Amino acid sequence: MSPVSDDAPRDAGEEKLVGVVLVSHSAAVAESVARLATGLAGGGATAPVLPAGGTPDGGLGTSPELVAEAAHAVDRGAGVAVLVDLGSAVLTVKALLAEGDELPEGSRLVDAPLVEGAVAAVVAASAGADVDAVARAAEEAYDYRKV
Amino acid sequence: MSTSASSRESAGEPVLDTAFFHRWLTAAAAAVSREATRLTELDSAIGDADHGSNMQRGFAAVTAALEKEPPGTPGAALVLAGRQLISKVGGASGPLYGTLLRRAGKALGDDERITVRQLAEALRTGVDAVAQLGGSAPGDKTMLDALVPAVDALAAGGGSFAAASEAADKGALATVPMLARKGRASYLGERSIGHQDPGATSSALLFAALAEVAA
Repeated sequence: MSPVSDDAPRDAGEEKLVGVVLVSHSAAVAESVARLATGLAGGGATAPVLPAGGTPDGGLGTSPELVAEAAHAVDRGAGVAVLVDLGSAVLTVKALLAEGDELPEGSRLVDAPLVEGAVAAVVAASAGADVDAVARAAEEAYDYRKV
Repeated sequence: MSTSASSRESAGEPVLDTAFFHRWLTAAAAAVSREATRLTELDSAIGDADHGSNMQRGFAAVTAALEKEPPGTPGAALVLAGRQLISKVGGASGPLYGTLLRRAGKALGDDERITVRQLAEALRTGVDAVAQLGGSAPGDKTMLDALVPAVDALAAGGGSFAAASEAADKGALATVPMLARKGRASYLGERSIGHQDPGATSSALLFAALAEVAA
């Protein structure tokens, strides 16, 4: 485990970026949130982001296989931040993490609302933040009250 | 744990081998398959109507994996089964049952033959992990309401699988008047009352399969 660093992007130019996986019961939701987050992250290079929504047959649900596949596909060696919607998505990712070798090293479940958290995570990851800082940025979304 | 000397003897013999666990998991798969429609019916009342098909798919993967790479110890059999459920079933039942079996399997270690008491303790470890993963406790109208009394009965009753199965059945039935506090059913509030919990029902099937192969 690397120590928690500050929120600022790390200084090396060729820093590996944290990957982001967005898990929803719905493929359409996961894909749309991924597009929204990368769109709002602005121009320039963005961190690798992939949706893992629904079941392999196109139904509603969570697929451990799709989650693991997406996590490996976005892994650049700097850790993977996994954001989820609810229920079995949370349990599935927790269980995959407990397995130890199903998800890439440095993967973590981020405790954040899916949409707001995804935007914050992708912005932070694209700026070169490490996985702890990416998670913190996403978690802060809970503190932003709307009323 | 309070156990009499006589029950310690009957529960203390290392009688359960890998073949027993293979038979248990195969019987569990058959029971889940047989009852899949009923599980889905229960789940359609308070859940999302996929419990039967999820359990069926998961346990079919378990039996296929057991045939393909036969495990060498009871612990390895449960770990293999748990892993299949976690990696193949996306509903809540996959991670929850997967965690139950995997943790229990790890707790059994590398012994080739184990005692009923060891199994009871290993299942207790698994049940505790399920409670932690789901953030729930007995009385929340979940699988714990069948699992906890079943493991209690197995640990206390001198290793009777029949007593454990009976306790699981009673526990599942006792979920009918409960208010759901976890999962999708909890969104229904009071309307979750009057329905038997599908997860507690499938948990009872696992113990029924255990009693069946031990008989």
